[in-house]
Amino acid sequence: MKVVTFDGLGEFAFFDLRFDDDDNQKDHPMNEDRFQDSSVMVVNSNFGCGSSREHAPQALMRWGIDAIIGESFAEIFAGNCLALGIPTVTADSETIEELQAWVDENPDEKLEIDVEAETVTYGDTTIDVTVDDAQRKALVEGVWDTTALMKSNAGEVRKKAEELPYVPESAIPEAE
Amino acid sequence: MSEGTLYDKVWDRHTVTTLPTGQDQLFVGLHLIHEVTSPQAFGMLRERDLEVAFPKLTHATVDHIVPTADQSRPYEEDAAEEMMSELEKNVRDAGIDFSDPTSGDQGIVHVIGPEQGLTQPGKTIVCGDSHTSTHGAFGALAFGIGTSQIRDVLATGTVAMEKQKVRKIQVDGELGEGVEAKDIILEIIRRLGTEGGVGYVYEYAGEAIENLGMEGRMSICNMSIEGGARAGYVNPDETTYEWLERTDYFQDNPEKFDELKPYWESIRSDDDAEYDDVVTIDASELEPVVTWGTTPGQGVGVTEPIPAPEDLPEEKQDTARRAQEHMGVEPGETMAGYDIDVAFLGSCTNARLPDLRGAAEIVEGRQVDDDVRALVVPGSQRVQRAAEEEGLKAIFEDAGFEWRNAGCSMCLGMNEDQLEGDEASASSSNRNFVGRQGSKDGRTVLMNPQMVAAAAVTGEVTDVRELKEVQTA
Repeated sequence: MKVVTFDGLGEFAFFDLRFDDDDNQKDHPMNEDRFQDSSVMVVNSNFGCGSSREHAPQALMRWGIDAIIGESFAEIFAGNCLALGIPTVTADSETIEELQAWVDENPDEKLEIDVEAETVTYGDTTIDVTVDDAQRKALVEGVWDTTALMKSNAGEVRKKAEELPYVPESAIPEAE
Repeated sequence: MSEGTLYDKVWDRHTVTTLPTGQDQLFVGLHLIHEVTSPQAFGMLRERDLEVAFPKLTHATVDHIVPTADQSRPYEEDAAEEMMSELEKNVRDAGIDFSDPTSGDQGIVHVIGPEQGLTQPGKTIVCGDSHTSTHGAFGALAFGIGTSQIRDVLATGTVAMEKQKVRKIQVDGELGEGVEAKDIILEIIRRLGTEGGVGYVYEYAGEAIENLGMEGRMSICNMSIEGGARAGYVNPDETTYEWLERTDYFQDNPEKFDELKPYWESIRSDDDAEYDDVVTIDASELEPVVTWGTTPGQGVGVTEPIPAPEDLPEEKQDTARRAQEHMGVEPGETMAGYDIDVAFLGSCTNARLPDLRGAAEIVEGRQVDDDVRALVVPGSQRVQRAAEEEGLKAIFEDAGFEWRNAGCSMCLGMNEDQLEGDEASASSSNRNFVGRQGSKDGRTVLMNPQMVAAAAVTGEVTDVRELKEVQTA
């Protein structure tokens, strides 16, 4: 209970694969300059296996990852990703390998994931991917993240504050 | 479904919208924060680059880890200092008022809110602490929330909730001598069980409740959660308004009092309100209640025999057996005579001025038993000062009690105040769970504050009415 924050977990993402015992960088995509601004990971099979706690997706999110495309995911890991709003979409191994090759050649190019339509578009190519039904619904309807959901009603919240007789005007901040 | 109750009215007045999850998005009128459950939430806010939506509807204090003996900074325990520093930084950055120990207003979050007039009828009040239900004593809708909900409230000024059912608990009759509000709530939990209130909000009503001062009503609402009800409340009345009028907020803004009173009156439960359930209790039949086990529902009148596990409903038998083994009590005996090592007078349940006065009356002219370590931890710095001014501190110290600074202290043993080994504690707090007071073998007997005083001077659980007879004789 006596822990104050989750901050700073990002630098520990894949720590053992990225650094040796003396903290020297090892050969790993997340150590390469060209991928430092990346926000999508393209991974292979059973990704996230062995990480039932939220720490794994927390660390990836803090490193900068917004979405993951892979051949398959460990179920608990995918669930934890969803709780953070990180889609885990899947495609067959051949499609994934082609995508990985393209990313390797075009590290600065954009890649678009359409969760609702279940497609990924890169360069001139659009591929079909699979998004678990429950995950798609949660992400599309925005119900995975109560903070964002309720934040989007900020106008109505202000109105409610103004209506309540006990809320002083001075306690209601200027509209953003 | 309930209709026309205070709960229904306050809920409706605060509903912003219904979310796709089916939950209602409720506006939060007061968000109380403390050092233990808020830092992670602030961290999550920073990382999403969000600001506190309503800093002026947020108020902070420090209570859980604050030392109640030596409060010089940095605190001796590193984790305590770290949490305190984090809270100081967070409130400074966000512009949140902070009743810190240098302000003279610091104390247990559920004591200071009502003291300062932040707690008002018809408000929605949340805090990352399960005893937030305390504030329901003023006719507020108040409940504890978890860390992700704290983040939601900080970021949006709202919380996602499902509406509960309402159970009216009608407490008729008058309380006898030595019997207090605490005994009413221990009796309610004993009858309805620690899970009996799950899915419900409790409305406390009836002559015995109306006759209580605000402090007694707070003790009852405080322990709603121990009976499984996330919130409990009392309809506001003249007793409530008298308290409010004296608070800082309404002393500073007297016009607000007249302005808000019609609102407070409007949210009272209607005479013909419909409830999902009604339970009636006769207060005149109660005697001081003490716990014999390791849940607040395992209570018994102080002169009554401890129940045999096999006489209890089947689902309660196992826990009763384990509890009796842990406590070292025998069915058929009474709790009166149970040896105690520690007397703890404190907590958000019972550390307000009338609690200390009642206990001091018993203590005056007596001495703490040689084998007992006794401490008084006032609920707030204001309670502490008032008690010192009217001579209560002197009474307690003359009798051999330690007089401490305000905080949660031994209620949950997060600071240095803890039971050691298998010490038994007579405690005015709210939870007798195994390990709660800081030692896994420690034993806690919950009781009202006068009963704690009686136990302190005799060294065993004692029917305080016997000491009162001696006093008046």
